[in-house]
This record gives sequence, C-alpha cells and structure tokens, in this order.
Amino acid sequence: MYPKNLKYTKEHEWVNLETKKIGITHYAQEALGDVVFVELPEIGVEFEAGDSIGVVESVKAVSDIYSPVSGKVVAVNEDLLDSPELINQDPYGKGWILEMEITGGEEELLDAEAYQRLIEEE
Amino acid sequence: MYNLKRTPLYEEHVKLGAKIVEFGGFEMPVQYKGIIDEHNVVRKKAGLFDVSHMGEIEVRGQGAKKFIQKLITNNIEKIEPGKIIYSPMCYENGGTVDDLLVYCFNAEHYWLVVNASNTEKDWQWIISQKREEIELINISDDIAQLALQGPMAEKILQQITPLNLEEIKYFRFIQGQVAGCDSIVSRTGYTGEDGFEIYIKTEDACKLWNELLDKGKPLGLAPIGLGARDTLRFEAGLPLYGHELSPDITPLEAGLDIFVDLDSGSDFIGKNALQAQKATGLKRKKMGIEMVDRGIPREGYTIQKNNQDIGYITSGSFSPTLGKNLGIALVKTEEAQVGNNVDVMIRNRPCRAVMVKTPFYKREVK
Repeated sequence: MYPKNLKYTKEHEWVNLETKKIGITHYAQEALGDVVFVELPEIGVEFEAGDSIGVVESVKAVSDIYSPVSGKVVAVNEDLLDSPELINQDPYGKGWILEMEITGGEEELLDAEAYQRLIEEE
Repeated sequence: MYNLKRTPLYEEHVKLGAKIVEFGGFEMPVQYKGIIDEHNVVRKKAGLFDVSHMGEIEVRGQGAKKFIQKLITNNIEKIEPGKIIYSPMCYENGGTVDDLLVYCFNAEHYWLVVNASNTEKDWQWIISQKREEIELINISDDIAQLALQGPMAEKILQQITPLNLEEIKYFRFIQGQVAGCDSIVSRTGYTGEDGFEIYIKTEDACKLWNELLDKGKPLGLAPIGLGARDTLRFEAGLPLYGHELSPDITPLEAGLDIFVDLDSGSDFIGKNALQAQKATGLKRKKMGIEMVDRGIPREGYTIQKNNQDIGYITSGSFSPTLGKNLGIALVKTEEAQVGNNVDVMIRNRPCRAVMVKTPFYKREVK
C-alpha cells in the first residue's frame, strides 16, 4: 500500500525522488472515492512545497493537490484527462499526476513507515 | 454533545463494508463499493437503499384533511385512500419549509413523509400550525424504510410478497405482508427508475433487508449508499431540500409549479405570497447547465454571462449515466433559456457551459 521507495506528505501526496514523479496515495484515493476529474498545472510553472498544484475531484469531493517539494513542473500525466480513474486503479503507477524538477523541500517528507503511522492515527 | 442517530440497519451496513458519513443527523452509508458502480446498478438492475432516516408524521382525526391542506401547496383533494401526493410545504412568505409525500389511508388518517434533516423542524412547524382537533404523532423512530429501485425491482420484490405488485400504480400504495412482515408498499422513489418504497416496523428492518438482498442478488441487486442516491436523483432532476429548495427558494422558483395549486379554492400557508410572485413574474428560475469546458460545476459556484453574475449552481456532479459534467442552477429569468452560452466560475476561472433542459435523464417507459 505504501511503497518504501517513495516519500510522503501529511496531505497524502507521494513523491519518488528518483523519477521525480508525484501523485496521491492509496489512502487518499480511497478516501476520495471514484475520481472523475483532475486539474493539472501547466508545464514550466514553479511551486514552493505546500502550494496547491492541482485539483482532484471525486463524485462527492473536491480536493487540492499540494506540492510535496519545491520545484518546476516538467511533465503532467495527460492520460488522466480522459481516464481520471487511473488514480483509483493505480495510484503509484499509471495514476501519477506530474513530474517536477526538484529544487528543495525534501527534508520535510515522511518515509513509508512514518506515513503509515500517520494514517493509522487518522 | 450532539449525538448522531443510527438506523436499525447500521450494523448491516458496517458488515457490508460501507463507508459511513453523517447525513441529516444520522450515521448513514455513503457508499459500499463505489458511487459510480452503485449508480449504474440501479439504472441497469436494481438497488436497495436504507432510507430509515426519513421522518414520518402521522396525522389522525376529523380535521386531518383540512389541516394538511393548510400545510401543503398541492391539492389534497387529488388523493383518496391508497394514493400519495408529492408536495412542497411553505412558510407564509412562500419560502420552503420542506418537500414531502402525503400518504392517504383514509379521510381521517394520513402520513407525511419528510426529509431526515428536517424532521424536527417540520415537527415543530406542524405543531405550531395545529388549530384543529387532530392527533399528531412523530412515528419516525418506530418506522424503518427501504427503497428498492431499478428495472428489476418488481421482479425481486414479488418473490417475497403475496401482494400483487403489478396492481400498485405509480404513487399508490397498499398494506400487506412482505417477507412475513407487516408493510406499506408504495410505487415511489427518488432515482428516476421504477421501484418501491417499503415501510416496516423498526424491529423488522434487518429481516426485510437481508431477505431482499438474498433473493435479489441473482437478479443483480446490490446495496446502494447515499452517494449514488444523490447522483441518481440529480440526473432525474428531482429536487433536494437544502439545494434546489430552501427557506429562501420558493417552489415556483424551483420549477415545481405543477405541485403548487394556485387555481382551485384550496387555501394553504404561503398561497398569497406565491400568487403575488407568480403575478409579478419570477425573478429567477431553475435551469440545467452542461459544461462545455473541462470542470465539474459544484453547489454554490457562480454563473456569469458577459462577466455579470446571473445565478448559481444548486447541485452539480459528474453524471455517471450520461458521462457529462452537469449542474442544476438558479438563474435570472431573462437569462433562463435552453442554448444560452454562459460561464461557470470554477476556482475563480470562467469555464464555458450551456443551458439545457432538466431532467437530464428520463427512463424509457415500457
């Protein structure tokens, strides 16, 4: 559920520091339910860690995606525009949301164990 | 501390793996498997809903009919024993207290079935209007209600009742045994599909629920949460109190004029205000909205025409049946025209949309 090679945020995003890909966690997609819409940022835009970088909407809920790190958007997953359900089906794989050129903010991230503890408390 | 209520089926929902949320003061299942799957099951096969949170108020006595007529905007003369009418209930100023179903058992015995979130408010309002020699009883805690909805509903229910369901026409009810329990069975619902609402004693709820799921499973029946109940009613253009109707929205503005009887001699609370509103012309009207740009219109989002606010979304969703992003809106009457190109403000950005008719979905009647 929470791969060891990823880092996590309290807001339930994940980031892979090797591929620089970012998405939302299994816990987040399950809490949202059927995802039916994703709003993606434009390529080239710069964000600080914690900035809203997009929106995920399920049938019932609208939820911001917060940037886990600081950096510049270099790619977005355009498959999500037509198939937002990929976020439910494969949150760490085909359901990735965007890729960033990371310039900082990694020190605040949680490892898999710490994230697991966090969601067990929720 | 504010205590949430539970229906008699709470434990069943938990066993079925439901996600539980607060709704109308109750802990209710919002989904079991997923809203879209559940939605589609109801459109294609059948779904079973626990709607025991709904309120039931019994009115008895010689003055019952006259009393109810005073409360509701529809004409109670339209019903006789075994019939049901839908009606808004208004304040003196025409704003809406609630919308409800009136069940007529006989000229001196009726049930008012009201929204869960309004049961206490309605009860206080109704008591405050009592002048007649009548008996009012809030029987909400004694009565459980299941809704069985979808094209397979009749076939499923017929397996566990000696009642001839074919004989129950739309908005009629009969009393009899279902799964061996004393029941009231009406052909009503809140999904846009054929189906039934079944009232039983609280203590019989689990038995009927499990019997229906058991007998219905081979025919595709599944338990359905409030999430899909909302998307189903939304596609069918059915109003939800607190969204399309409120103390600030009259039934005329909500497009419910066929349930507001201004022409016959019947007198009801709010009639003068509604007559005046009709005479001067409605300032705003209910319209459907279909997104052209990407984005989902949500409740409260502003609608603009040429950068001017012309109204707002009262309910909005992705429509599972139609695969579109749709909204129900309250807009200025002069802008309320099918085909009108407008913008919905989504996160402070104008997104193109067009006005369309409601309901968005109508089932094919055999």
